Amino acid sequence: MRLVIRQDYDAVSYHVAKYVKERIKEFAPTANNPFVLGLPTGSSPVGVYRNLVKFHQAGELSFKHIVTFNMDEYVGLPRDHPESYHSFMWKHLFKHVDILPENVHILDGNAKDLDLECHRFEEKIDAVGGIELFLGGIGPDGHIAFNEPGSSLNSRTRVKTLAYETIVANARFFDNDITKVPNLALTVGVGTVMDAREICVIITGAHKALALAKCIEEGVNHMWTVSVIQLHPRGMVVCDEDATLELHVKTVNYFKSIEKVHEQLIGSDNVGLQGGVRSWGGVGATTYHQ
Amino acid sequence: MQYPVALQLHNFISAPSSPEPSTPLPENTAKVIKITNCRVLKDRKIVEKDAIWIQDGKIIDPHKFFWYQKRLPDVVLDAEGLLVVPGFIEAQINGAFGVDFSVPSDQETYDRGLMKVSRGLLKYGTTSYCPTIVSSSAAVYHQVLPLLKPRPGSSDSGASILGAHVEGPFINEARVGAHELKVLQASANNGFQDFKNVYGFEGDTPEAQRKLSEENLHSVKIITCAPELDGVMESIPDLVKAGITVSVGHSMANTLQAEKAVSQGATFITHLFNAMPQFHHRDPGVIGLLGSRLDLPRPYYGLICDGIHVHPNSVKIAYDSHPEGVILVTDAMSAMGLSPGNYQLGNMDVTKEKDRVVIEGTNTLAGSVITLDACMRNFIQFTSCSLIEALEAVTLHPAVLLGIQDSKGVIKPGADADLVFLSDDLYVKRVFVAGQEVDLGTIHV
Repeated sequence: MRLVIRQDYDAVSYHVAKYVKERIKEFAPTANNPFVLGLPTGSSPVGVYRNLVKFHQAGELSFKHIVTFNMDEYVGLPRDHPESYHSFMWKHLFKHVDILPENVHILDGNAKDLDLECHRFEEKIDAVGGIELFLGGIGPDGHIAFNEPGSSLNSRTRVKTLAYETIVANARFFDNDITKVPNLALTVGVGTVMDAREICVIITGAHKALALAKCIEEGVNHMWTVSVIQLHPRGMVVCDEDATLELHVKTVNYFKSIEKVHEQLIGSDNVGLQGGVRSWGGVGATTYHQ
Repeated sequence: MQYPVALQLHNFISAPSSPEPSTPLPENTAKVIKITNCRVLKDRKIVEKDAIWIQDGKIIDPHKFFWYQKRLPDVVLDAEGLLVVPGFIEAQINGAFGVDFSVPSDQETYDRGLMKVSRGLLKYGTTSYCPTIVSSSAAVYHQVLPLLKPRPGSSDSGASILGAHVEGPFINEARVGAHELKVLQASANNGFQDFKNVYGFEGDTPEAQRKLSEENLHSVKIITCAPELDGVMESIPDLVKAGITVSVGHSMANTLQAEKAVSQGATFITHLFNAMPQFHHRDPGVIGLLGSRLDLPRPYYGLICDGIHVHPNSVKIAYDSHPEGVILVTDAMSAMGLSPGNYQLGNMDVTKEKDRVVIEGTNTLAGSVITLDACMRNFIQFTSCSLIEALEAVTLHPAVLLGIQDSKGVIKPGADADLVFLSDDLYVKRVFVAGQEVDLGTIHV
């Protein structure tokens, strides 16, 4: 996997947004071949969305041929509740850009048959040919989406009961009343995320430092579900300096040096978007740091 | 793919707090306009980089539009970063552009005059108003009030008419202002019946009575009266019950009488400071309502903010004592909006200068010719209030006074799409009425 370290939250947000924009540009989506994006909610992606909106407003990025799948949604919360993930995505991204409403897919937490809803969601992903790039955040307990510790690393989209810790943490959005916090959610599974052709996890802040260390320096473990990124052929973590606080100095130095090598030795022009070297003094070898 | 065994969920799911639509929403295919890239006065705050969605002349909730109807807007307009606020509401205006609402005429002439004003006012950001009738004889009211029924506005016909503001004739002759003494009513000893007779709320036959009563009552939105006159105080509850906003004005009431009027249901003070006794520290009179300690909320008060009718310091004193109550009004007369020059308006010869009008050959003011947007700019200058407070003084406050805050004076789903786009220095740049943009260039008055 690649670990890209940037100075702070804003720099991370800009880097990820720019990466998404360049990936889409390179892909050159059309109506028949749209770019399928997996999207998270929470505080990690807010800066990314802000930058994507800026790119769109500057005319550099159109969402017309982009299909999106969100990771999760609360069960039983009305769709227009200000804390629903529908509202979150509308407020931070969809209302500012030209995405087509029929290309937006968010799990329906009010479906009569929740299991069928999850099944259908997986089918919709298959129908568009799978997810090209899945963005994600991470919880302090190393979870991706609502795949709390103990989730199967092969899981699919399903209903999950939220851990008590999560409910308490979320109470701040529900008038500090834990009885108002939904205790069930629909979420994509760890397996669903792994099926994407590329994964990019955004990890910022000192409170995520331990989770980051557990996920990339220790083994693949269902207690830290993001650790499964170690098994993905195209996994990338973008983090800020604060999130590296629990990593070994050796780890941080290694990943920083790769970037330096790319810049100085190979030249950033010759580095492909996904880390490959395009040309090296005539030798046509392609290497990937994954 | 392996799917997990279905869980028994009915024990665990918390009930949703509002039901989702169980049948698909009916297809509403009317055109949807999105105005993007604006700063919006929404929920009493200014939201940066926001957008407004309009359908069928009203503001809609884009959430439902996107998630349930799954549509993109049909038209996207760029506000280019301008400040978008609700259209202004004028509570007191006697005429403009050479038109005087208190002069009766045949319906066609009167309607033409109304439309001239309704269209002309759009240039100043006013999208709803109460044509004001000064104290007149019963005959005049009987003729004019049926012509002032409320009607919605449009980008062609101009601002919407909310109903008439009848200023008088139950006012105190000691504070007659510019009204004619001989048409004043000294008392209302028969209470509400006297009001009905003067304004023509009732006709001869029971059928005509009922019809006129309903028609005329709906024409009258605000009544200015002096509560100290015999019979007026007791009539206030009846007037309020008939859906009329009662305002204290052209009055010599002492503070006790003024406060009693408020307890009886009066909610407005007509042009505070003007046509009432000066502030006296031992009996502050009507002005004393701003320092009232009643259990009821203090009333709204109108301020003619041209810097001439009320000294800027007085404006600030009123605002400092009761900022939530301020409603800016123009009390403009027929010369408003005319280019400088000499005019004969009614039985007066006046000289209109750029921002004031005098009786020809004198320095005596012949009334106000300020515009509502200029009032708002002056208000900020005089009081150093916040932008939001100045905007609410011409939008939210008059809407709440008149009980129309669900459709006017606010930008929220369900409200009429009457919008004004303001530059940074608060000049009117673009206007929408009922969801359609007004071509300001075609308004010549």
